[in-house]
Amino acid sequence: MATVAAARPGAGRGSELVLLAVAVAIGVGGLALVGLGVEGEIPGDLPVYAAVLAGVSVALHLVLRWRAPHADPVMVPIVVALTGLGLAMIYRLDLAAVARGRAGGAADRQLLWTLVGAAAAIAVIVLLTDHRLLRRLPYLAGGAGLLLLLSPLLPVIGQRINGAQLWVNVAGVQFQPAEPAKILLAIFFAAYLVTHRDSLTLAGPKVLGMQLPRIADFGPLLIVWAASIVVLVVQRDLGTSLLFFGLFVAMLYVSTERVSWILIGLGLFAVGVILAVNTFGHVAARFDIWLHALDPDVYFAPYGSGQLVDGLFGLAAGGLLGTGWGQGHPYLVPYANSDFIIASLGEELGLTGLMAILLMYLILIQRGLRASIGVRDGFGKLLGSGFAFVIAFQCFIIVGGVTRLIPLTGLTTPFLAAGGSSLVSNWIIVAILLRISDAARSPAPEAGPLGNETVAIAIDALRTDDAARPGRERPVTPGTPVTPVAPGDEYPTQELRR
Amino acid sequence: MNTPIRRLSVVVLLMFAALMVQVTLVQYGRADALNNKEFNTRSVYREYGRDRGPIVVAGNEIAFSEPVDDAFGYQRVYTDGPAYAPITGYFSVVFQASGMEKAENDVLNGSDTSLLLSRIRTLFTGGQQRGGTVELTVDPAVQEAALEAFGDQRGAAVAIEPATGRILALVSTPSFDPNVLAGHDTVAVNEAYQELIDDPDRPLINRAIGGDQYPPGSTFKLIDLAMILESGDYGPDSVVPAPTELDLPGTSATIHNPGGSVCGSGGEATLMYSLQVSCNTPFANLAMEFGAEALTEQAEAFGFGRDLTIPLKVTGSRLGDPQNDAQLAMTAIGQFDVRVTPLQMAMVSAAIANDGVLMKPYLVQTERGPDLRVTSSTEPVEFSRPVSPETAATMTEMMVNVVDNGTGAPARIAGVDVAGKTGTAQTGNEENQHAWFTSFAPADDPQVAVAVVVENGGDLAGEATGSKVAAPIARAMMEAVIGE
Repeated sequence: MATVAAARPGAGRGSELVLLAVAVAIGVGGLALVGLGVEGEIPGDLPVYAAVLAGVSVALHLVLRWRAPHADPVMVPIVVALTGLGLAMIYRLDLAAVARGRAGGAADRQLLWTLVGAAAAIAVIVLLTDHRLLRRLPYLAGGAGLLLLLSPLLPVIGQRINGAQLWVNVAGVQFQPAEPAKILLAIFFAAYLVTHRDSLTLAGPKVLGMQLPRIADFGPLLIVWAASIVVLVVQRDLGTSLLFFGLFVAMLYVSTERVSWILIGLGLFAVGVILAVNTFGHVAARFDIWLHALDPDVYFAPYGSGQLVDGLFGLAAGGLLGTGWGQGHPYLVPYANSDFIIASLGEELGLTGLMAILLMYLILIQRGLRASIGVRDGFGKLLGSGFAFVIAFQCFIIVGGVTRLIPLTGLTTPFLAAGGSSLVSNWIIVAILLRISDAARSPAPEAGPLGNETVAIAIDALRTDDAARPGRERPVTPGTPVTPVAPGDEYPTQELRR
Repeated sequence: MNTPIRRLSVVVLLMFAALMVQVTLVQYGRADALNNKEFNTRSVYREYGRDRGPIVVAGNEIAFSEPVDDAFGYQRVYTDGPAYAPITGYFSVVFQASGMEKAENDVLNGSDTSLLLSRIRTLFTGGQQRGGTVELTVDPAVQEAALEAFGDQRGAAVAIEPATGRILALVSTPSFDPNVLAGHDTVAVNEAYQELIDDPDRPLINRAIGGDQYPPGSTFKLIDLAMILESGDYGPDSVVPAPTELDLPGTSATIHNPGGSVCGSGGEATLMYSLQVSCNTPFANLAMEFGAEALTEQAEAFGFGRDLTIPLKVTGSRLGDPQNDAQLAMTAIGQFDVRVTPLQMAMVSAAIANDGVLMKPYLVQTERGPDLRVTSSTEPVEFSRPVSPETAATMTEMMVNVVDNGTGAPARIAGVDVAGKTGTAQTGNEENQHAWFTSFAPADDPQVAVAVVVENGGDLAGEATGSKVAAPIARAMMEAVIGE
């Protein structure tokens, strides 16, 4: 019997190194062009920035070689490139701020946070030898996540900034607890759902041809809904509220495959939003600004559409090819380096640049989803797809808001926007995704001689979640020789434990 | 769980597709609309960030951009500001641009489609986009002669080359210095603007083509005359009724001749003589005979009632709407509701000078790209044919007679036949009369047609007539052309 040698794809660490060199060049090149564009000379602190970006890249690369050699080789380069682009734009806006007699220094802080974020990512990769370890304390993660999410409401440490209560200040360090809460709640959702998916999948009453879940299983959904509404109403943060609810609904769907959950979730959220719009002025105002942005009355009104429309003006001024680094006027928009960094980049890099940025995000997210498909355990699948989706959804909400696709809500653009909590949290998310992708891409244990074991593998395959469902995956009949293949989603080689 | 993850990745794909479509709409599809939004302050920065092209008169830049070291990058400079302000307008950080700066903005800022090639070149060479050049038809000698002759008097003057329609001079006084509005200090610019707005002489008004317009007084008789001669029933020697006093039917009012004087024999006069001393009664009388429709038609053939861009926007002159013979009689002597721009009256003379063919007036000779290659050049275009060549010849003869023997005497130029017509127009209020003169020269080979209005009698105030105040200015302008 002829044996088929499995064509095992390379782990890609070499490709990663090449891509990292390109990614560092994008960031450093951007900084150099900013200096040339604004001041006519290469910035004096360029070597510092270049050293940090290159150092972070090399360190991550080496740590991956050491602890997660099969991790996806594209993720880190994309993150380094996005961070570099963000740094260059923040640096450019610092120069503009200083020229106008205001304080700069945001880029230096961002550089520091880049170091902290990369260090956190390295720590996660080194310490978290298996992503399944995260499954151990679901309720602790969930409780801590909820507490963090609602912590801005606490006295003393909670802070209201620019009308939204989404900051806390602990011992002089200010951060947005929603960012770490995002990680903890995703872990909790994954752990909870992977444990309870059977009861959630069980048929309940059928209404209008739609299989509804049992009433008892509504409980957790309602808790998350309530938390989202509290965030929306009390913290006045439509974006974070939407982000968490979207994350939860997406993970619920992945675990149960029931479209009814999505419809119920969207329905609940819509009810909450409609109530909020009718009850609370600030939410209604957001919708008004969105629908009538270009109306001069709305534009010139206090808290009107000025910021949104100035951002749109910036994007329009950029046009197809952009004004070039340092040649536009992105500083005319408030929060140009945080919430509106997409508008700033769109102005100076143009439609072309923005498309490239969106594609980088899309590749990063699809790589995360691909790792989730490839990983063999349900918890990993849920956690990976949840993290990938949360990055996607966050991009959608903020980029959609800035471009007036949807109502504008304040969220950070992952890796680009100025802000420590966002940067560190997203680096940690990427580290966990890298860990999951390493598990997904690691070669399966070598199969021994064909015989009983073949049958055992085939039987195991039948037991896996997906194969166990009738008519879904390709049936494997006992006795068919199964050639060990590179780990993938089509041919599960290990039992997927629930 | 793989199927829902695959579906989720399709959802993610759709979300990003929606973002990409939206970004394309904002940055490409709707970019022009957003860039042109009136409250888009960025457009000002964008305009100033560019090396805006110059406006050129006879090879000299009368408006250009100079690099400066501030947020805007360039400062607009007007070398002979007040003299050319009615043409150039201003380019301001604070206010919308005006004049040629506004009308030719696309060329000056380099965004005109004719400059596409140059823009693409800039894209690859990495240089800065520069604006194109706008060359005017204005002859600085004529412009300066007019300004000098005006002195401190309020008014306006226009000179046209009859054969082509090229505008050789366009003056409005008092004028303003566009440099004070082109500054980058918003507060200072606002103060300067407020000062100009508050100035009782209203320097920001372009009296030559816009403004409040003027009653044309007796210069309107050229239009009556064109109508009368075109009928074929009258010639210069036709004897027409010319009473000293004409009762206006249906009213207790009467029309007198200037100064209440007798016209001709005291009851009749030739058309030639009536124009020579500018009698009112024969023209009022004949207008009533011909009717409002004929007069309106003739006026429209000369351009009344039509908006015009040269490319500055010219307010259309109007005849008013005479409802009865009394109003028509007043209209015929350039009173009642007739309101004209000086450009319109210059067009009347230009048409007569050009054998009855009125050429469309224009101010822009050529547009050039940043590389100084000509991208557009204005070709003369016929505007209308208000009178036949025969009528034009007859009218020329009669207008020469006005200058040689009549009220136009102050416009005489030694050795050259000048054709002209005076006007003194009541303003309808307590103020002194406006003084008019329109003419062309040389009569046998016209090189220039002009119209001049001096508001409220100028230096001579109540003593002023078109003859005394306006004709010398017209002469100075004609001499500037002929003397070259």
